[in-house]
Amino acid sequence: MDKKIARTASAGTVESSDCLVTVSPSEIFLFEYSGPNSTAFKKRTDTLVRTTLEQYGIKQASITIQDQGALEMTVRARLAVALERATETTNEE
Amino acid sequence: MKNKKDKSKQPCRSMLYIPGDAPGMIQNACVFGSDSILLDLEDAIAPSEKDAARKLVRSFLDEFDFGELIVTVRINAADTVYFKKDLEEIVPADPDAIRLPKCDSAEDVRKADALITEIEKKNGMTPGGVKIHAMLETALGIENAFEVAKASPRVSAITLGGQDLTADLGVQKTRGGHELFYSRGRVVVGARAAGVMAFDTVWTDMNDPEGLYNEAKQIVELGFTGKAAIHPSQVDVIHKAYRPDYREYVRAKRILEAAALAEKEGKGVIAVDGKMVDGPIVARAARLVAIASLYDYEEEEGLSQ
Repeated sequence: MDKKIARTASAGTVESSDCLVTVSPSEIFLFEYSGPNSTAFKKRTDTLVRTTLEQYGIKQASITIQDQGALEMTVRARLAVALERATETTNEE
Repeated sequence: MKNKKDKSKQPCRSMLYIPGDAPGMIQNACVFGSDSILLDLEDAIAPSEKDAARKLVRSFLDEFDFGELIVTVRINAADTVYFKKDLEEIVPADPDAIRLPKCDSAEDVRKADALITEIEKKNGMTPGGVKIHAMLETALGIENAFEVAKASPRVSAITLGGQDLTADLGVQKTRGGHELFYSRGRVVVGARAAGVMAFDTVWTDMNDPEGLYNEAKQIVELGFTGKAAIHPSQVDVIHKAYRPDYREYVRAKRILEAAALAEKEGKGVIAVDGKMVDGPIVARAARLVAIASLYDYEEEEGLSQ
């Protein structure tokens, strides 16, 4: 079942070892990755984003990640929460 | 949890609270030196970030190697909308224990126990693996300490929640802590009677390590197995309070040696330094030696030669 990005939503912070993920509705797939180590971890993060979107059944979305040196497991968690907050089928609390 | 080992026999003198939404602290959990960490989804997390903390803690439990560290997760209380979601997200990741806030009765524990069992079964886990550390934070909870401790085999510790308890008792937390004397005694006796660990509440003033040391010393003497910390700097202070006296350590080692010899020779009663030694004393000596093995006695050993 394909999910749709219903609204812009964020998760995470710009504190050290964290990242801020923002997900917005878009006609195409857009991915913007920034931060001190964004060159070194570009490939890792790109793969992570594509795999996660596939798992969620999302094809079109604009994703921006401001990475402050987050571990992969942190990026994964932040992205998942941003997606859940942005998709209309999920109603948190 | 990644590379999970059985840590039920490990000493647990200190439990460091880490907000469940702080990746920078969680990834450094192993360097703070505490025996265990409490990843907090409750008081440290704002309502708007409950989902984020829950997911982050899950992600770390799945992927991060905490090594020898005992990892527990404090979830939100049963009367909140987060309770069930917390358990459904955290239990499948197999933490060492769930810290359950606001346990007033055995029934409170049994309700959580049933839900955890259900989740374990659904995820193909062996039921009972995830322990419960039950928090007693009200006068009623303290009165029911023993009942709560033996409500389920899943309970491996009961722990005093001082902030809410002093409010419920209508008293102020003092530096000397005499207002909690009865409650603390009741928690220790209830825990020992049920064969579970007893944990003490946090010392909230980060700028008063001397007050923390005095309180830690007091709760060690009362029989608590461990104490929670709200800041990494408190861990060493708590450990200092748990350090057994060198002479006691040497005597405990002699008791264990004598007990081992007596067992080999089939004798029931033994004497060390002219004093009779029986089962409970041997058990206490074993606990003391286990704790002492975490400390360095080089200086004392040098002096005694």
